[in-house]
Amino acid sequence: MISLKINGKPHTLDLPEDMPVLWVLRDELGLTGTKFGCGIAQCGACTVHIDGVPVRSCVTPLSVAEGTEITTLEGVSETAAGQALLKVWAEDDVMQCGYCQSGQIMAATALLMENPAPTDADIDMAMDGNICRCATYTRIRAGIKRAAGLSPADTREA
Amino acid sequence: MTKVMMSRRLFLSSATLAGGGLLMGFGATAKEAQAASANMTQYVAISSDGKVTIRAKNPEIGQGIKTSLPMIVAEEMDIDWTQVKVVTAPVNEKLYGGQIAGGSTSIPTNYEPMRRAGAAVRFMLLQAAAVKLSAPVEALEVVSGVVHHRASGKQAHYGELAQAASELTVPDPASVTLKDPKDFKIIGTSQGGVDSARVLAGEPVFGIDTLIPGMKYALYRKPPVFGAKFLSGNLDAIRALPGITQVFVLKGTGNIQGLQDGVAIVADKWWQAKTAADQLEVQWDEAIGKGHDTETYRTQADTLLKGTGESLQSKGKAADVLANAATVVSARYEVPFIPHLALEPQNCTAKATSEQIEIWAPTQAPGWGIRLLAKELNVPENKITVHMTRVGGGFGRRLENDYMVEAAAISQKAGVPIKLLWTREDDLAYDFFRPGNLHDLKAAIDDQGRLSAYTAHGVTYGRDGKPSAGANISPHAFASGVVEHFELRQSVIETTIPTGYLRAPSSNALAFVHECFLDEIAHALKKDPLAFRLELVDAQLASGAPQSSDSRNPYDFRRIKEILETLRTRSGWADFKASDGIGLGVATYFSHRGYFAEVAKVKVAPDGSWRVLQVWAVGDVGSVIINPFGAYNQVEGSIIDGIGQLKQCITFENGRAVQTNLHEVPLMRMSDTPKIDTHFILSDNPPTGLGEPALPPVLPAVCNAIFAATGVRIRTLPIEESLLARPS
Repeated sequence: MISLKINGKPHTLDLPEDMPVLWVLRDELGLTGTKFGCGIAQCGACTVHIDGVPVRSCVTPLSVAEGTEITTLEGVSETAAGQALLKVWAEDDVMQCGYCQSGQIMAATALLMENPAPTDADIDMAMDGNICRCATYTRIRAGIKRAAGLSPADTREA
Repeated sequence: MTKVMMSRRLFLSSATLAGGGLLMGFGATAKEAQAASANMTQYVAISSDGKVTIRAKNPEIGQGIKTSLPMIVAEEMDIDWTQVKVVTAPVNEKLYGGQIAGGSTSIPTNYEPMRRAGAAVRFMLLQAAAVKLSAPVEALEVVSGVVHHRASGKQAHYGELAQAASELTVPDPASVTLKDPKDFKIIGTSQGGVDSARVLAGEPVFGIDTLIPGMKYALYRKPPVFGAKFLSGNLDAIRALPGITQVFVLKGTGNIQGLQDGVAIVADKWWQAKTAADQLEVQWDEAIGKGHDTETYRTQADTLLKGTGESLQSKGKAADVLANAATVVSARYEVPFIPHLALEPQNCTAKATSEQIEIWAPTQAPGWGIRLLAKELNVPENKITVHMTRVGGGFGRRLENDYMVEAAAISQKAGVPIKLLWTREDDLAYDFFRPGNLHDLKAAIDDQGRLSAYTAHGVTYGRDGKPSAGANISPHAFASGVVEHFELRQSVIETTIPTGYLRAPSSNALAFVHECFLDEIAHALKKDPLAFRLELVDAQLASGAPQSSDSRNPYDFRRIKEILETLRTRSGWADFKASDGIGLGVATYFSHRGYFAEVAKVKVAPDGSWRVLQVWAVGDVGSVIINPFGAYNQVEGSIIDGIGQLKQCITFENGRAVQTNLHEVPLMRMSDTPKIDTHFILSDNPPTGLGEPALPPVLPAVCNAIFAATGVRIRTLPIEESLLARPS
């Protein structure tokens, strides 16, 4: 039995301890917002927060989450940063296919929770683990800055 | 009645509940035959409160077509976009025509039909309004879905008119009057994706999220060598593992696009199937793959390039001119096999018996899927239903429907509905790769310093002497239209590797080859590469030949000229001074009916690592951009995708792909992304698609910029950074 909170709700789960959190969320609890991409922590599609820290749920066994609080896309609007990002994502129509955007928003939320005014270098560092195969990166970068109340202009060498 | 009909009725009744009375339907039952021939009211339903539901006919893969096609219908109906609800159409190509996301064809083939569909509905509503308001149609005006008769002050909204309108005869679409584009209110405005809110809420909209009653999960383990056969395996041990309900072998059909030999593992949950698959030990007969290696292929290519190959295109006397030229520029270019790697792994949910099949799939080509299922599993097409889900990236991979056949075959044999989900390793091992190719190129420069002849001999891959899918060496080289003496020849290496269409197929490789070589010619002539291209274009225009002779691929030099001139200004080309390690490169390419020219600014570090700092893109895809939000996103995505292709490579050993997952195939990430400046020329041409044409020019633009920055000419992909390192 593993006890934890998911999006604020307590759960006691009778599941194998080595089952990745990704599959617990998707197939056991029906939280489909978290996506499967590579299974080896290379693409970031499965990013969730465990106690506020972004982790790749595809390689995180359930045992690691014992006693923690998990936040997924479905619960991220409860954070101020998550709410601000979701609003900008809708207004700016950031996505193309949208498959990676759950992971992008979770990574960006973690960034803004820790660093409310990120530089372009901070954004590169925090977001490089999240692949967008459609390559909406320019909009993701601008979106993070807008959500942070910063100018969306890209200040990198050009 | 078939499943298709039942689900359509179900849809209609639920729409009735939600909208307060469905009045103008999607052409159900009796009207369906008429609608099929008139090809229109299958798109629009209006409820009594005036809410309009529009069906989006083509697969949504992130290109925004589920938003842009209904925008076109709504425009001609004279309604507000906020009044519209968009739903995915059922797959029924008899009713909707081709339902495909491929070849950037959705806009060019549907723009006018969608306008006519909207205009026909408006026409019928106005007929009904004329009766209700006792006024002639000519005296009526529509604003935001409300019909006004100004003289009497009377009005009626579409919801009040829909019942009466739906009883009228559908007009001939060719006869309806279309709006003057200057009056467009929806087309040309930026609209967010119609499903974006659902995606952001984590709702189950993708194929991988499909859940149907009684469903089990399946994984299908195929041999690592393409075409290998099952010999034996520890299936009994696998059956005993937790959650596993069935384990069985399926025999392949011999069709490379269909069912391959493999072991199906069916489980209560997918993670159980995956855990079991990791313990599966199978002996495969891998003899078919022997000798199918990247190195062997290169040796074969060397031999083939010494021969003459087969002539694909010839004009003038290229060989003679080359033999007598004052100067000859020659080079060999090579591109590798590369993968698709859509982020949503291949998956498909199937409920199938030997009699009928129902499929939920993220596919780019559902109609092809139905025909493939019918052929592979011997079930009549009219007993097969495919539901389109949102697609987590296509890039051409999902034009293939192999996962559909696997899912249906597993469900048939297991006797339960199943959701098949591939691992990322399965996706990379069983891609339909963009095939590699090699080219020997020669250009003749005459004693006046003019480019007088151009020849290319390309080696590509195929079966039985013919290029396989995505392996055509199509004659789209810019040079083919501007050089007096031109010859294109082809040789084919026999391969067992599955090949297919990757975003901007053929062009994604050939633009690099020909536009880099054109840059070499410009430098050999000591000419500015952008000015050189304009000079060649001007010479064609002066000779009174604005278009190529190939009617399927009209090549309009006026359009090329305009994008190049605009690009020169926007990129600051003329004023740029190359500094240490930073250079500009230019390229242009015509593909998928679209014209693009691009300049890349690249910085190369002393250690040879390189980064694209900025890209300027100028495109001409016709007279109107339907949805600028989607359009800019497509251009930016294409450019970044193209830059990524400069880094990727799949190699083969004895018929198997060596690379296994994303740690071995670099994909573009946030920090790799350049700034992008996109500009559209709105020309006097019908609108065309944007999924692909912005991609091809960026590869040569970047490599030409690397040459400008370092003096090193990139002729082989992926780019080898060590070649760019310079002594400090």
